Amino acid sequence: MMGTIPTATNEDAGFLARERLATLLEAGRALGYRWQGPQLRDGAIVMAPLEEPSALPWGTGDRQAAGEYRTRPGDPRRAFAWANGPQALKPLVFAPRETLWRVKRDAQGRLAFAAETPLVPRTAVLGVRACDLAALELQDRHFLAPGREDPHYAERRHALLLVAVNCTHPAATCFCASTGDGPAAQTGYDLLLDELDEGYIVRVGSQAGQALFEQLTLRPVSEAQWQAAASATEQAVAAQQRVLPPGDLSGPLFGNLDHPRWEVVAERCLSCGNCTSVCPTCFCHRQDAAPSLDGASSDQQRSWDSCFSEGHSYVHGRSLRHDTRTRYRQWLTHKLGGWHAQYGRSGCVGCGRCIAWCPVGIDITEEAQAICGGGEHG
Amino acid sequence: MSTRPKVAVHKFSSCDGCQLAFLNAGEALLALPELLDIVHFAEAGMLDPDEPVDIAFVEGSVYTPEDVDRIRRIRTSSRYLISIGACATSGGIQALRNLGDTRDWVGAIYARPEYIQTLDQSRAIAEEVKVDLELWGCPVTTAQVVAAIRALLYGVAPVKNRDKVCMDCKRNQTVCTLVARGEPCLGPVTGTGCGALCPAFGRDCYGCFGPAENPNTGALARRFQGLGLLPVDIARRFLFISNDAPAFAAEGRKWREEG
Repeated sequence: MMGTIPTATNEDAGFLARERLATLLEAGRALGYRWQGPQLRDGAIVMAPLEEPSALPWGTGDRQAAGEYRTRPGDPRRAFAWANGPQALKPLVFAPRETLWRVKRDAQGRLAFAAETPLVPRTAVLGVRACDLAALELQDRHFLAPGREDPHYAERRHALLLVAVNCTHPAATCFCASTGDGPAAQTGYDLLLDELDEGYIVRVGSQAGQALFEQLTLRPVSEAQWQAAASATEQAVAAQQRVLPPGDLSGPLFGNLDHPRWEVVAERCLSCGNCTSVCPTCFCHRQDAAPSLDGASSDQQRSWDSCFSEGHSYVHGRSLRHDTRTRYRQWLTHKLGGWHAQYGRSGCVGCGRCIAWCPVGIDITEEAQAICGGGEHG
Repeated sequence: MSTRPKVAVHKFSSCDGCQLAFLNAGEALLALPELLDIVHFAEAGMLDPDEPVDIAFVEGSVYTPEDVDRIRRIRTSSRYLISIGACATSGGIQALRNLGDTRDWVGAIYARPEYIQTLDQSRAIAEEVKVDLELWGCPVTTAQVVAAIRALLYGVAPVKNRDKVCMDCKRNQTVCTLVARGEPCLGPVTGTGCGALCPAFGRDCYGCFGPAENPNTGALARRFQGLGLLPVDIARRFLFISNDAPAFAAEGRKWREEG
């Protein structure tokens, strides 16, 4: 919805030398954006307010495996030579906690309801990956569906300017090539960068991106630079080790509700909700009333929930999914099956976060293959 | 004559820390006296332990024969009894003695052990009398206590939330100490309520809010083993603040026997 697939010509592309990356941030600020960008915090690459290019994770790579994430030294000329950390764009658009509305009782006992609208500054995000653009498009389908647009999500979504960087260093947990969502960004960005040793190819993906692009002093992209970018993408495809079974898995998943594998995975699964929290497409939430102690007012609060929680299936005095088997099954059958009927595609974009950030390292690709057959674990 | 509900705050074997949930309540401390009559709260100065009350908050473990008599009297004179904190609900430090033989401990420490009157086991309040609501945590938070009071004033059951600490940790966008640093974090089996406080400061959760609902302690213990913990270390993770909660006690004792 934000852009069109750019053509790789020098007319809407240019080259930004590495030393001039600060001019991108300055141009964004001049257009009224604050920046969010990747930074090394507490042992992981996370998105945080970005003031200067020097704060980017230069020379930082990562090593990811099932249940494990570590940073490690990388090429000092690179600020984006890593695969995604735990966050996606999700926290920026679908807030982990927020107040939706307030109610107050006046002296006569009358109730007055008022919507709580978030004040969201215009935010430019640097370093967005293809998988997260695909995930954002899916979240848009859910939260911005015509006729039932979520005002809180919309407010945050419309404040975003997305500067993507093509992924050149997928982790061992990544499988975006098999879902068709990466590693190169196809659509959904405002600007797209390819990081090369000496700087960045900059491409335009939208009108907002064009406005920023026009503020930059760029050189023409050389044929060798286009080649280097294309070759990095090819290598990023070839480097991926994991694969999700292709196509609509609704049939094999819903046809295998009694598969013994559900019991096997439930013995390992902690039903802790880490997978759904780091998943860039999961949108489930709970609402709670938070009354003031004096009882005169109450905030209606929304927060991230998970199909792995007890409350998620709570209906009339009991939880329908009281054990881990049924909760894991709910997640996988919805994510890889039910989404096809609801949103026209699978809910998985191949980012691999649920594999890396699962404390016990459960692998969605392995489980899907085991349930749906056709894999080595089938 | 006031129609405000009467409240008492009682202390048993404990460190007094949970009572600070009231004393450190900030603005709520100003609102509370408008809503409630606090008739007994020794740490705050009010002393009338036998006055019948609508809500009795009880901190601490039942530890001595005298404690047994006292908690029974409190139960009789209270409409709702709410136990607060790990000592009152799930163990606490002094319940670690349940792992050994109390007579041996007393004999090893005191010159005249015959003067020591103590029960064989440190017990949660609910093991002695009917408890209407348990607030877990070491210590419990002001938010927990205030939410329980507000719900009872509305005449509704307080909302129970025993989701895992991980849920709040991820809402906070804290980097996972287990996955990113290999720390033996108990967050995936521990109930939230603290707001994922320790991981926010870079420390792994040590389970002070007790087991979450549906805790898979066995799978997490095996993961700790994979991180290099010895059976005795795994046992210590579970047999700490919430050592007497059934899920943690069973897992901890299992690894303790292996060590």
